Amino acid sequence: MGNESEIEIPVLTTTVEKMVQWARRSAIWPVTFGLACCAIEMMAMAASRYDVARFGAEVFRGSPRQADLMIVAGRLSRKMAPALRRIYDQMPEPKWVISMGACASIGGVFDNYAIVQGVDQVVPVDVFVPGCPPRPESLIYGIVQLQQKIARTKI
Amino acid sequence: MNSAAVIETLGRIVPGASFEIGTSIDFPTIYVPPDRLVETCTALRDTADLRFDFLVEVTAVDYLPRDPRYEVVYHLVSTSNRLRLRLKVRVPDGGAVPTVMSVWPAAGWPEREVWDMFGISIDGHPDLRRLLMPEDWEGHPQRKDYPVQIRQPPKIYEPLQISEEEFRTNLERDRMARLEH
Repeated sequence: MGNESEIEIPVLTTTVEKMVQWARRSAIWPVTFGLACCAIEMMAMAASRYDVARFGAEVFRGSPRQADLMIVAGRLSRKMAPALRRIYDQMPEPKWVISMGACASIGGVFDNYAIVQGVDQVVPVDVFVPGCPPRPESLIYGIVQLQQKIARTKI
Repeated sequence: MNSAAVIETLGRIVPGASFEIGTSIDFPTIYVPPDRLVETCTALRDTADLRFDFLVEVTAVDYLPRDPRYEVVYHLVSTSNRLRLRLKVRVPDGGAVPTVMSVWPAAGWPEREVWDMFGISIDGHPDLRRLLMPEDWEGHPQRKDYPVQIRQPPKIYEPLQISEEEFRTNLERDRMARLEH
């Protein structure tokens, strides 16, 4: 800046890829979908105390067609599995899945005939969040991990 | 009113049926022979001293080595007389109990659950389908000889479309159900 009278032009340069990655990770819209008690922690994460809006993922959508993240919050019964898969299939690409809690990830305490032992048998999972249930901070950490994964994804 | 008093009242209205007193720590319990179940339930609902107008729950217990193997349990409440009563019916393996839907229509779903979980057939039930498990499930999970852990891949696809014929059948069934009521 040699000449102070010269007007600074507000321009940032980047690549298309980086811009798309930034746009995708900064506005993750989860689908409103809770299966069990983990959904309570998911709601707490979205509410004022933990406020996931700070990380740009607070717009829970009632329709899977407007969402790009599915948080599988709770144990998935075998009867529910086709319904979960159908909701996942209705989400537009690109889409991501967080498996929240022990039950969704490996079946948890429900090691029995009725519960799917891990939702990765039904949908492809990007981030597993451990806990029973995970605290809202854990889930926020999971969302930040997902953001970092999106930032690494080549288009 | 204890179990003996209930049986004494019932004995006058349902003659010839052999009721037994069951052990319990909370409220009166009586054993009812399955062939007199509907008659007994009607008497329990309609007699002025009893008036059990509310069916709380129908469930069952599997006492595996014992014969008869199952007991179907009915919990009743009389809202006007402030009474509670537990009915038990002994059922052998492969046996059946008559439906009490004609007495309390609320028995429909609990009886479906008993069928789903224990495989005890409910005679005369108009819509005896599984309630909790998927409709194509094999076996009855609450039986003592049912394996707790099943290692098999979950079903992830269920056809959404139904045929035109199925659609018409469903419509017609709903229409007939509305006409009956």
